[in-house]
Amino acid sequence: MTGIVGKKLGMTQIYKEDGTVVPVTVIEAQPGCVVQVKTPEKDGYEAVKVGFFEVRKEKRLNKPELGVFKKAGVKPYRVLKEFPMEGLNVGDLITVERFSKGDKVSVSGISKGKGFQGVMKRHGFKGGPGSHGSMFNRAPGSIGASSFPSRVWKNQRMPGHMGSEKVTVKNLEIVDVRVDQNLLLIKGAVPGARNSIVEIRKED
Amino acid sequence: MDFISVIEEGYKKEVPPFNVGDTVRVYTKVIEGDKERLQPFEGVVIAKRGGGTRATFMVRKISFGVGVERIFPLYSPSIDRIEVVRRGSVRRAKLYYLRHKKGKAAKIKEKERTSR
Repeated sequence: MTGIVGKKLGMTQIYKEDGTVVPVTVIEAQPGCVVQVKTPEKDGYEAVKVGFFEVRKEKRLNKPELGVFKKAGVKPYRVLKEFPMEGLNVGDLITVERFSKGDKVSVSGISKGKGFQGVMKRHGFKGGPGSHGSMFNRAPGSIGASSFPSRVWKNQRMPGHMGSEKVTVKNLEIVDVRVDQNLLLIKGAVPGARNSIVEIRKED
Repeated sequence: MDFISVIEEGYKKEVPPFNVGDTVRVYTKVIEGDKERLQPFEGVVIAKRGGGTRATFMVRKISFGVGVERIFPLYSPSIDRIEVVRRGSVRRAKLYYLRHKKGKAAKIKEKERTSR
């Protein structure tokens, strides 16, 4: 598996040679640095811990956070992510070059927060008629039966907080990789607002 | 640094300046079997919309007595070239009113050449 963390810059559209329009999300992924290598002997599994988004002022991190980077002897980073990758050493850089045009990737991000939402928006309930004297417009309706079970079942879909959760979109195609600008152009939409952090993974 | 506008700039190409009301001839690439040929579409530009690489324009013509409208993406690679046939003088940005007019009533005055 190959993984990288980047910043979602926004969406635009580009043209293929035959004139078809492709909607793309532009993600800026600066090189990440391997901070720790986990081995089966020591940690029980194989993985690398990678730091992304360099921290310019060291005082932005607290002492334990800074200690991780001091120990590895690398620059401090804002985001740490672990990927099951092999054959890397501490200090190695992970860049967008690991991805190529046509790759299928999964992209994870924190979705846009929607606040407290009703069942129609949150769970796609149908709601009631909008007019003809109806007073049952957006209400959830019945949430259970009567004397049995005399309670509401667990996981009953109800109004509540929506969004701001981790969402993964799978099988997105990489349309273009711009190594000199550290950009990835991914077909379609990815979760999250502009300037939010997204994780891109590719199965080898 | 705005990378998105940089990406969009890269897909822009040279197009002649034209406005709503102008008569243009658009040459589109058509692939027939394994051959490619150019198909012209001549008519009045009745609308322009969008910015950046998303910009499109709408061309209307009367073909065998039937009104035909086509929307072209301005920077599409399938457009070979655009020729401006006639400059029209109009006072509106969208000429949708032409759809209800025919014959002489649908004529657009030619723009007077500005002396240079």
